[in-house]
Amino acid sequence: MNSVSSTILYIFAFFSVYVQVFFLFTFIENRKKIVIRKGVTKLAKYPGVTVIVPCWNEEGTIYKTVRSLLHLHYPQDKLKIIIIDDGSTDGTWHALKKFSGYSNIKVFKKENGGKYTALNLGLDHTTTEFVGCLDADSTAHPEALVRIMSYFERDATIMAVAPSVVASSSKSFVQKAQRSEYYMSVYTKKMLAFMGAIHVTPGPLTIFKKKVFDDLGKYRHAHNTEDMEIAYRMQKNYYKIEQCNDAYIYTNTPPTAFTLYKQRLRWIYGFINNTIDYRDLLFKKKYGNFSTFTVPAGVISVITASFFIGRILYNIADFLYSKFVAYQTVGFDFSVNIFQFDFFFLNTKALIFLTLMIYTSVFFSIVLGRRMTEGDWRVSFDLVLFFIVFSFVAPFWLGRAIFNTLFSRKPAWR
Amino acid sequence: MQDNKIDWKKYVIVFFITLTLFATASALSNYFGNKKIDQLKLIQDKIAIDILSSETQFSLLSELSCKNISDSVLSDELGELGQKLEWGQENLGNSDEVSYLRKYYSLLQIKDYLLTKKISERCGVKSAFILYFYTTAENCSECEKQGLVLSALRDKYEELKVYSFDFSTDLSAVKSMLEIYKIKDTVLPALVVDDETLTGFQDIDSLEVHIKESFKLQEKETEDSKARSTTTIKKSN
Repeated sequence: MNSVSSTILYIFAFFSVYVQVFFLFTFIENRKKIVIRKGVTKLAKYPGVTVIVPCWNEEGTIYKTVRSLLHLHYPQDKLKIIIIDDGSTDGTWHALKKFSGYSNIKVFKKENGGKYTALNLGLDHTTTEFVGCLDADSTAHPEALVRIMSYFERDATIMAVAPSVVASSSKSFVQKAQRSEYYMSVYTKKMLAFMGAIHVTPGPLTIFKKKVFDDLGKYRHAHNTEDMEIAYRMQKNYYKIEQCNDAYIYTNTPPTAFTLYKQRLRWIYGFINNTIDYRDLLFKKKYGNFSTFTVPAGVISVITASFFIGRILYNIADFLYSKFVAYQTVGFDFSVNIFQFDFFFLNTKALIFLTLMIYTSVFFSIVLGRRMTEGDWRVSFDLVLFFIVFSFVAPFWLGRAIFNTLFSRKPAWR
Repeated sequence: MQDNKIDWKKYVIVFFITLTLFATASALSNYFGNKKIDQLKLIQDKIAIDILSSETQFSLLSELSCKNISDSVLSDELGELGQKLEWGQENLGNSDEVSYLRKYYSLLQIKDYLLTKKISERCGVKSAFILYFYTTAENCSECEKQGLVLSALRDKYEELKVYSFDFSTDLSAVKSMLEIYKIKDTVLPALVVDDETLTGFQDIDSLEVHIKESFKLQEKETEDSKARSTTTIKKSN
C-alpha cells in the first residue's frame, strides 16, 4: 500500500517538475520578446473600444474604477463605458449618478442575475469593434488600454488580449501573500501566451474583438467563471489570445484567509467543471498546446495537490491515533524531549529534492513575474508569506472544490 | 485563426531535462543515504570496540576491583544506534545494507546484555534486564504498544536495561535465544524478565511489578553475598 502510494507520488512529482521545466524552457526561448514600455504608447489608428463595468454592491470601489477608465490615455470619443448595476442593494446606484454628465458613459440598472447577465446586457449595447470588461474592484493604469490595443494593431489574427493583473493594496498578510502569487500568474500567463495556450481571459480589462461574441455567442454562467469559459470556447474555435505584460490592472484582493478561500473555491471549481464541460478538447493535436499542455498541466496540479493533501491528512490522523494509543497505554507523557539537531534524521529522500526543485522554480516564477511587471529583480518578504498562506489555505479550497464537483454543489460568488 | 502547431521536439527535450533532474534527485538521495549508513557503521564499530574493551578490562580486573568497570554505559549508545537503525529501515532505500547492520546491532545487544549482567552480578550494580522480542514482518499493533510501555519504564527506571530483538532476524545468536526462552512468532510481543518468559502484551503496571521484583531479588542476592563474605572473613579471623 505504502509503496503504491509512493509510486503515485513520484509519478505526480515527475509531471509537476515537467510543467515547471516547460515554463522555464518557454521563458528562455522567448525572453527577448518580453518588453516593458515606459513612456507613452502611440497607435496609428485608435479603434472604438467599449468597456463594460458590471457591478453588484460595489459602492466603495466603483468610483475609483470608473475614474481610472476616464484617465486612460485613449481618445475619450473612442472609448465607451457601459456600467451595469446588477441589482445592488447598497449605495452603488447612488455612486453611479456622479457619472451621468459624461457623454461616453451609459449606466444601466437591472435585476440581479449574475455577472454574466450584466456583461451580456453590456454586449447588447456595444457598437464598437473592440469590447472588454473591467471588474468594479479593479483600476486600470493610464497606459493599459493603449498598450493592449498595440497588440491588435501589430497582429490582425489576435482576437483577445489579457492584461497583467497585479494586486493593488496589500495591507493584510493574506494580501501580501497574494501579491507574489499575482506576479507568478503574470509570468505563467505570458508563457502560455507564447504557446498560444491561455485558458482564462480575466475580468479585469481583457479586450476582445467584438467579433468573438458575434461568432461564438455571448457569456455563459459557466460555473461562475465566465472569463474562463469564454477562453476555452475561443481555444476550441482556434481564436488567438495574447497577453500584454505591461498593461497593468490593479485589483483588490481578498483581505482574509476566509474571503480568499471563497474566491479560490469559485476559481478552482470553475476550472474543474469547465474542463469537464470541454473534456473533448483534451489531447487533440488540432487544439495545440492548450490541449496538450495547459489543461493537462492544470488537471495534474489539481490531482497532485489533492493527493499531497490526502497524504498529509492521513499522516496527521495517523500521528493523532498513535498519540491516542500512547495515552491509552502509558498515560500522559509529561517528559520534555529536548530537541537536538541530528543530520541523520533529516529526510533525504529523492522526493524532498524534487519538492525543493519545484519550490525553487516557483520562486523564480515569482521573481520573473515581478521583473516582467515592475521591471526590477527585488525579492520581497511577501514571497515567504505566499508559501506559508497558500500551503495552509489551498488544501481547503481544493478539497472543497472537488467535494462540490462530486456532490454537485455550486459555490457562492462571495 | 490561431496556428496550433505543436513543437513536439520541445516536449521531448523538456522530458529529458526532467529525467535528468529526477536522476539528480535520486543520486543526491543515494549519496546522503550512503553517508548515513557510513555513520551507522562508525557507531557500530565504536560500540564493538567499547564492548571488547570492557570485556577485556573485566577479565583483567574482575577479581580485583569493580570500581573501574562499573561506569561503562554502553546501553545509551546502543539505544541511539537502535533508534537510527529503526529510522533507517523506514527511510533509507538501501534495505539490504540496513538489515545487515541490524543483525550486527542484535549481536552487539546480546554481548552488551551478557557483559552488563555479569558486571551487575559480580559488582552488585543495581539493574534489571528485559529482553524484548517483537516482529516487523507483520502489522503488530501490540508490539507498538509494548514498545511504548518499555520506553516509559526505561524513562522511569534508570537502572532498567531493555534489549529488543526482531523475531525475524536471521542470526544464529538470536535464534538460540528464541530457543532458550521458547518464543514462537504466535505469541509476540514476548518479554524475558529474570529468565521468566512473558508472552503477549504486558501493561505498564504488571511489568512494573516484575521490575521491582527483579530489583528486590538483586538486593537480596547482594545482601546474601555480603553476608557470605562477612562470614568468610569472620571464619578466617
